[in-house]
Amino acid sequence: MNNQKKNRLIDKAFSVWGFTSSLLGLIALAIFIGDILNTGLSRLSWEFITSLPSRFPNRAGIYTALLGSAWILVLTTLIAFPIGVMAGIYLEEFQKKSRFANLMEINLSNLAGVPSIIYGLLGLELFVRAYHLGPSIVAGSLTLALLILPIIIVTTREALRAVPQSIKDASYSLGATKLQTIWYHCLPISIGGIFTGVILAISRAVGEAAPLIVVGALAYVPFAPKSPFDSFSVLPIQIFNWISRPQSGFTVNAAAGIIVLLLLTFVMNGLAIYLRYKWQKKVKL
Amino acid sequence: MSFITFAPSQQKYPKTDSTIYPAMNLPKYKITIENVSSYYGTVQALKDINMNILPLSVTAFIGPSGCGKSTLLRNINRMNDYIPDFRLEGSIKFDGVDIYSKFIEVENLRKQIGMVFQKPNPFPKSIFENVAFGLRIQGIKDKSYIEHQVEKSLKQTFLWDEVKDNLSKIGTALSGGQQQRLCIARALAVEPEVVLMDEPTSALDPIATAKIEELVIELKRQYTIVIVTHNMQQAARISDQTAFFYMGSLIEMDATSKIFTNPSEKLTENYISGHFG
Repeated sequence: MNNQKKNRLIDKAFSVWGFTSSLLGLIALAIFIGDILNTGLSRLSWEFITSLPSRFPNRAGIYTALLGSAWILVLTTLIAFPIGVMAGIYLEEFQKKSRFANLMEINLSNLAGVPSIIYGLLGLELFVRAYHLGPSIVAGSLTLALLILPIIIVTTREALRAVPQSIKDASYSLGATKLQTIWYHCLPISIGGIFTGVILAISRAVGEAAPLIVVGALAYVPFAPKSPFDSFSVLPIQIFNWISRPQSGFTVNAAAGIIVLLLLTFVMNGLAIYLRYKWQKKVKL
Repeated sequence: MSFITFAPSQQKYPKTDSTIYPAMNLPKYKITIENVSSYYGTVQALKDINMNILPLSVTAFIGPSGCGKSTLLRNINRMNDYIPDFRLEGSIKFDGVDIYSKFIEVENLRKQIGMVFQKPNPFPKSIFENVAFGLRIQGIKDKSYIEHQVEKSLKQTFLWDEVKDNLSKIGTALSGGQQQRLCIARALAVEPEVVLMDEPTSALDPIATAKIEELVIELKRQYTIVIVTHNMQQAARISDQTAFFYMGSLIEMDATSKIFTNPSEKLTENYISGHFG
């Protein structure tokens, strides 16, 4: 076998290997979704969504957990979005090179890798105990905001870095200040990327259970939360609680709950993809 | 030369003698570069440059890649300010005022010394907004004034007839040559006195290049133009003075006709006759 033939064979083998690898993930996801739909779809109904928790599986619903998740989603976004984006803009555009800056960079990338339960412990000490917020929605949102801040900061910086230097040069050369350049050019160009990152980070926050369990979210909340200072439950915790029960009825409930949670994250990811597509089309460089 | 064009810019600077008696003390040169050395970190890009740039003329910077001509051009409107570790020694005077002095607001300076870049870089906005941007950031709200300036600038760059029916079209959708003329119009809209051009035709085809060259010759009636070029025929065609740079030093600067026919330095002659570079 000559060299060229051998190389071509390696080429082929590599692409087959790559294709199988990508298929594997897809198949696993398909099996998982099929199984969940098979178990839970029959249980899914308007009544399931609007019922309070109960110790009888066929009467129990996700109403309070869903509302808790919605509260968490909105509050976490309100807290994390402005802080994360501002920090990202500062670090990318304003920060001068220094030892302190390097330290901050290393810290940020490390923070993105810290296990979420550690954030839960931090939230418990800081927000629940030190600030006396109790096991409330605010405490949970603040904790989750901390958890997703590094992700938002990193994606904001990446989106800003993608703005061509030539556009910034053009702006500066016309007498624009740094802030004007960022506001009129960098942000409009990178906003799609920023939103995408923020939405993906938030959809991760919505799926988190561990840090909220530590903060003190409850599995059984017999009333809908009315203010940010109420105690709460969220979908992942509700699902976790149902799965750990012996009655088979609750397993079905858990599957139905998973469908709702998946739908929620799929919708958010879809929104992120749509935004990215829409803004990328607008700014072709 | 008309003194009226010089006077307004002086109001933005701290008072010097020339603002009190403009007609008497007006400097002969638009830009004076004195003992300028500049560094990127520890790398020295320019070595002790001295030169004078005449008003209402075209000055060409030529030389092989990496000779420092672009660095010097970008020093004139302080575009290197944002590069970390950049350092400049010596002084650059614009109408007799040191532009690196702490009294200078760099944004004001850049309104008077505009710039056109190597690759056409229109904003991903409409043609109208591209040209209007420089005025908008100054806080100008007068719609009719902005429209007037946009039309005037687009006419100056011979682009008006080509785009007047679709000013709302996105600037990046124009052809390369049109984009570059749009960028020149954008620079002219804020009424600068000097226009710096950094190899403005290197990304364009010959026909678009010819149009830009024509435009440059036309523009020198109102503006002082400094152009960096790799194309020596271009320098010969359009410039009045030519400066030849080599390895960060200014080797020779003289009237273009003299540089291209009878240079004083051997190095210049070798470069122009194509022996290196």
